Amino acid sequence: MVRVRARFAKLGKVRWTSHRDVARMWERALRRAGLPVAYSGGFSPHPLLSFGLALPTGCESTAEYVDVVLDPERSRTGGETWWTADPGEEPGSWVTRMAAGFPEHLTPLLPGGVDVVAARSVTADMPSLQQAVTSCTWRIDVPGDPAPVVVAVETALAAGSLLVSRERKGRTEVDDLRPSLLAMRVVPDAAGERATLTVETATRPRGVRPAEIASVLGVSFGTACRTHQWIERDGSQEEPVVTRPALGAELLGCAS
Amino acid sequence: MTSLWPQIEPLLAQVVKPARYIGGELGAQRPMHGAGRVSWLLVYPDTYEIGLPNQGLQILYEILNERGDAAAERAYAPWTDMEAQMRAAKVPLFSLESHLPAGEFHVVAFNLSAELTYTNVLNLIDLAGVPVRVADRSSDHPLVVAGGHCAFNPEPLADFVDAFVLGDGEEVVGEINEVVAAWQAAGTGDRSQLLRALSRVPGVYVPWCYEVAYDEGRLVAVTPRFSDTPDRVEKRVVADLGAWPYPRNQLVPLIEVVHDRLNVEVFRGCTRGCRFCQAGMITRPVRERPAEQVADMVRDGLARTGYDEVALTSLSTADFSGIEHTVAQIVDDPRSNGQVSVSLPSLRVDAFTVGLAAEIQKVRRTGLTFAPEGGTWRMRRVINKLIREEDLYSAVEGAFSQGWRRVKLYFLIGLPTETDEDVLGIVEMARTCVDIGRRYQRGVTVTASVGGFVPKPHTPFQWFGQDTAEELRRKVVLLRDAASRVRGLTLRWHDPKASVAEGIVSRGDRRIGAVVEHVWRAGGTFQEWSEHFDLSLWETALAACGLDVDDVVHRDRTEGERLPWDHLSAGLHHDFLWQDWVDALAEAPVEDCRWTPCYDCGACTGIGVEHVVASAAAPAGGSQGTGQDLSTGGAVPVRFLETPPMAVP
Repeated sequence: MVRVRARFAKLGKVRWTSHRDVARMWERALRRAGLPVAYSGGFSPHPLLSFGLALPTGCESTAEYVDVVLDPERSRTGGETWWTADPGEEPGSWVTRMAAGFPEHLTPLLPGGVDVVAARSVTADMPSLQQAVTSCTWRIDVPGDPAPVVVAVETALAAGSLLVSRERKGRTEVDDLRPSLLAMRVVPDAAGERATLTVETATRPRGVRPAEIASVLGVSFGTACRTHQWIERDGSQEEPVVTRPALGAELLGCAS
Repeated sequence: MTSLWPQIEPLLAQVVKPARYIGGELGAQRPMHGAGRVSWLLVYPDTYEIGLPNQGLQILYEILNERGDAAAERAYAPWTDMEAQMRAAKVPLFSLESHLPAGEFHVVAFNLSAELTYTNVLNLIDLAGVPVRVADRSSDHPLVVAGGHCAFNPEPLADFVDAFVLGDGEEVVGEINEVVAAWQAAGTGDRSQLLRALSRVPGVYVPWCYEVAYDEGRLVAVTPRFSDTPDRVEKRVVADLGAWPYPRNQLVPLIEVVHDRLNVEVFRGCTRGCRFCQAGMITRPVRERPAEQVADMVRDGLARTGYDEVALTSLSTADFSGIEHTVAQIVDDPRSNGQVSVSLPSLRVDAFTVGLAAEIQKVRRTGLTFAPEGGTWRMRRVINKLIREEDLYSAVEGAFSQGWRRVKLYFLIGLPTETDEDVLGIVEMARTCVDIGRRYQRGVTVTASVGGFVPKPHTPFQWFGQDTAEELRRKVVLLRDAASRVRGLTLRWHDPKASVAEGIVSRGDRRIGAVVEHVWRAGGTFQEWSEHFDLSLWETALAACGLDVDDVVHRDRTEGERLPWDHLSAGLHHDFLWQDWVDALAEAPVEDCRWTPCYDCGACTGIGVEHVVASAAAPAGGSQGTGQDLSTGGAVPVRFLETPPMAVP
């Protein structure tokens, strides 16, 4: 089996769909492409796809990821398509070529606003997205006078703890968000009508939603966009799939 | 018309399932509005998840958008949280494609699939900013039309809907479009002219054109008000389903909906003759889609949508000529890579054969559902659902022996002539199924799902006085007590109170309109949903309108009584229906006329359309119409392959 890791954006109206909805969109798009996706066994086989961190419904993103497991045994089934292996082509070469075709060929098969921006092959021994990603960057738009937002960010960063409560299985749980806020800066716009927050959050012990950040800051946000997910390697950060800068900049100004 | 999206989007963060309101499905059209085009808003009066898969709405959506003189968009009932947000923000009902205000469309068309959605119809008309009553509308307001199975007794909505369509909509929708376009072009702005022109279109019923008379609380006459208004409106029938391969571009929603799969209609109509079944009576004759067209629609549909499941839909899919071959073709298609499963809703055990069972279990094994409907052979003779216990048991044995663990059985209670023995027969049947399952594996479950019978117009049971909620409740308790002693049997039942509310509307005359309006004004929307259903709203409304539930719902009708839908025709002769009612009481069954001589129900002869059936013989094992002795039921060769199911990769 081989694995392709794709990076995609979720922008516009489609942001109101859920993480599970996105998984179904991918399953259907891969079937429409006829790609030889591998299936689980059992009485109710399902395609082997795995997504990274869930994106909260209503948030946009230019940095979503999915790992797709494909079966090289079937690399020449389905007639002549963009992904068909050449006779005698090695699986390694095949998967690299196929991954390169993901943005062009899968984007039209996904709903508007879900755009594949890059893909690459990853080896079977690479940790899953779920294990590998340690932090992500959010860009949060806060409409209104930026001055109180600037103050709120300073206060939050200076605080020793930032407690939030949430309902979980009928019980109220209190968490401290402060350790999860790795970095935060605020940029007021020139006209003084809005502020843009850039926040880096850790994924462990749990992910932090933009709504929670807004709530500890005491502000209400317009839109939130996840712009990066980060893998920590040898003390430095890298993205699971790097996009060419030109491509990122095209994406509706959502890239940081 | 301008998009309301900027006003809508801020509301979405406040509601559950916001993607219900965004549109953007695969297959969604980008309709062109403008001069020379009649704009239609097609509305399903329930939530997006329930309404989106509706095939009737999708068919009309495509047919209208293919026309050069029409443009159609869709809307569904916003859930109560969204409605509250919309009303607070003064956002009217809107379309999903362009997010346009509903009130600015020329035609607002409702799909009527269930009586308990009627309060939603009123609510949606109101949410569109349109007066709910026909009498209060002006030429500035959209034309409000409705179609679907419930339109066969439109009287409870007669005061609120300008025109109803009876029967198949494929052809008549274009004729209506032309009438509206011509009226617009004439520029008189006189709404009554439009209504009268519509009343002359075959299959279109305009209640405003009819006077209704009562005497001593009984309906006695429905009379045309104009010389060019027909005395009786006949339903429309599409003779050749093959000429209408729709939907060509089935909508693929972004969120999970009911029936979330490719749906291909393999035939329309059913002549099994189950006497409780309104769908089977009003959609006659049987018209099969050519098998090659089914295969094409399945193949193209799967490739286009990316679904991994296809349902072959009809009222009794195992009766489709060559069903085994059709299923095998789908499952064994190399392009599907062994991952495409086929579901066959409405399976009859007596037509469920060896090959079929083997085919549908190749990919994914979900639960199997059968609908014996009645708990005893006597009961099933009354309702003319001639499934023998042996048929059911051998099908169930086959299923359990091949590894299925769950079997679901559908039953009705509150049927005519029903005794407690008939009711308890349900548990007996289910118990036997559990016992059979235990022989093959541990942990089998059988679910018996029990609904309260509501008599429907244009059926032989239209004269039957429906069981009261108390009587249905008593029967449910009988069942529950008996079922509690059977391990492995789960009993589910429909709320008897909901059956009463459904009964109020099902056979109601025009006076029920005031009841529906009353319930709506008291906040009674989403009555199909148990968390919102409230029988007391209906009881209060009946009392306020001076009507009595016993008279409206629980009273047997007499042969000579004028029924509220007698001026509307589903093609069935009154004499046929009455004879079938008399036969039912005598426990006398009738055969399926697809494969036996005609008994002149009227459906074919009145309309000049024949059954279109590819096979001259009934499917293997059919106990109706196979020439066997109906007094004992037939020998039914239901067997299963002895090999285990194919291994899945």
